[in-house]
Amino acid sequence: MTRKSQPKKSWLFLIINWEEKLMNEKYSFFKRVLNSENTSGYVFILPWILGFLIFTIIPILSTLFLSFTKYDLLTSPRFIGFENYIRMFTNDPKFIKSLKVTFFYVFVSVPLKLTFALMIALLLSYNSKLSPLYRAIYYIPSMMGGSVAIAVLWKRLFSSDGTINALLNLVSIHTDISWIGNPKTAIWTLIILAVWQFGSSMLIFLAGLKQIPVSYYEAASIDGANVFQRFFRITLPLLTPIIFFNLVMQLINGFMTFTQAFIITEGGPLNNTLFYALYLYQRGFQFFDMGYACAMAWFMLIIIAILTSLIFKSSNFWVYYESKEE
Amino acid sequence: MKDRKKIKSILYHLIVITFSYVMIYPLLWMFFSSFKDNSEIFRYAHILLPQRFNFENFLIGWRGFGGISFSVFFRNSFILSIIGTLGAVLSSALVAYGFSRNKFKGKKIWFGFMIATMLLPYQVVMIPQYIMFNRFGWVNTFKPLLVPSFFGQPFFIFLIIQFIRGIPIELDEAAKIDGCSKYSIFFKIILPLITPALITATILSFLWRWDDFLGPLIYLNRPTLYPVSLALRMFADPSAISNWGAMFSMATLSIIPGLLIFIFFQRYLIEGIIATGIKG
Repeated sequence: MTRKSQPKKSWLFLIINWEEKLMNEKYSFFKRVLNSENTSGYVFILPWILGFLIFTIIPILSTLFLSFTKYDLLTSPRFIGFENYIRMFTNDPKFIKSLKVTFFYVFVSVPLKLTFALMIALLLSYNSKLSPLYRAIYYIPSMMGGSVAIAVLWKRLFSSDGTINALLNLVSIHTDISWIGNPKTAIWTLIILAVWQFGSSMLIFLAGLKQIPVSYYEAASIDGANVFQRFFRITLPLLTPIIFFNLVMQLINGFMTFTQAFIITEGGPLNNTLFYALYLYQRGFQFFDMGYACAMAWFMLIIIAILTSLIFKSSNFWVYYESKEE
Repeated sequence: MKDRKKIKSILYHLIVITFSYVMIYPLLWMFFSSFKDNSEIFRYAHILLPQRFNFENFLIGWRGFGGISFSVFFRNSFILSIIGTLGAVLSSALVAYGFSRNKFKGKKIWFGFMIATMLLPYQVVMIPQYIMFNRFGWVNTFKPLLVPSFFGQPFFIFLIIQFIRGIPIELDEAAKIDGCSKYSIFFKIILPLITPALITATILSFLWRWDDFLGPLIYLNRPTLYPVSLALRMFADPSAISNWGAMFSMATLSIIPGLLIFIFFQRYLIEGIIATGIKG
């Protein structure tokens, strides 16, 4: 009924407007403009448009401009063409190292994190009275894992006289290796820290699992499908949109990782945990090599743009959308 | 049959609880270490519970460093988190309503830009922003960390849009017939209905701002302006650290506000995370 009377409604609205016009001739024009959807839309999004221009667009363009200059914040920027970009790839082993380290970190920690998230989500999708408590416990690390408090704690846990070694001693694995000081193991302490924070991805998986109709599983069981077949033929395909979302978000987060490397390993040992974001910060705010840091920022943007577009493109092949298939 | 089911259930809970324990062990260890003295932290690193609960660490830790106590750092953190959160949530609500319930020219383009900025790493705008705020004379003030939050935050805008989409449009239409303008529809109808989304955004924003480290690191160089995150890092400086127990007592205190918020508003937080992940 309400839907059908649509034209009548706008008719009524016209009358109201018209009445207002008669009553208040002076303000009617102003009011009409203010109340048109074109105006009201822009009035509401105005804060964001302003912020977008001032705090995003202008800085992005300035970053591009500065990336072609030498700039130390004190003297005015000097144009040097592509020199910063050339230096990045030909004359800066630390830059290449930071790229390698970051890629390794992202491509190891993100799949591990998502696998854990999915496994625990499957485990917790079995409902019991304690489920909310379990869910909370698994979620808490992801809520505070990025904080300085946890970073400092991690430093203590993985040091040579730290808790991890003490616990290993208990099961008679005697070691006094400093996990943070050893070039081979340092990055793994950061990967473990990242994987430990699987909670928020897990929650999203859990919600996705709940949306899969039980009837699918029942039908499959009747047809004789076992647990694994049900997982790979029903659960996994139906979760692909969520895996896709988690993958994109976690990849970007991975590339931006800063605090953990800054505090726990300080980029060392032997630059083995010199994450891209950390090196960029050092270039900009410790060496005041602002032009170079801006070139790095632009390169980061390009990498992330390429990666996300690759994932988006590939999604046609592996992300399953129910409505499309029908 | 019934016995088998029972055994299965016990086994399930055993596995889940064991793994839960592994997950929160680091946090428990930090909590209990804040009652231990240095020698105990080092020598008995494998023992979780302290030999006796020693509250002295909290008193020593609270004194802070350089004559500035943690009450200053906590106050700074609260100022930064609360004002920034208020700004971010209110402005995001306005923008979200603009995008979801108004048809205007160029809406699609602006919306596309908004989603794109959600994927934009902070590092890309970090340096020019710093140069700009430096020119304004805003370095060593809270302004660079607070002012941008009043211009809407894409993640929260997106979250609130998702929520507004779930509100029947008939409500807007009825209000319109009753003579409400777009503006009064927002304040009288939409705003009260999106309270759960606003609570979710508030919690997330508070937690993120509380933990923020890079922003304060760049803009705040005076210890009296440090939030807790920055103070903890200075406190834990490898050359200065001598009292790990005091350090852990402050680290433990620093995660308590977040933990309390989580305990009281769990439902909103979890629903919010799910809403952005699923319906997107």
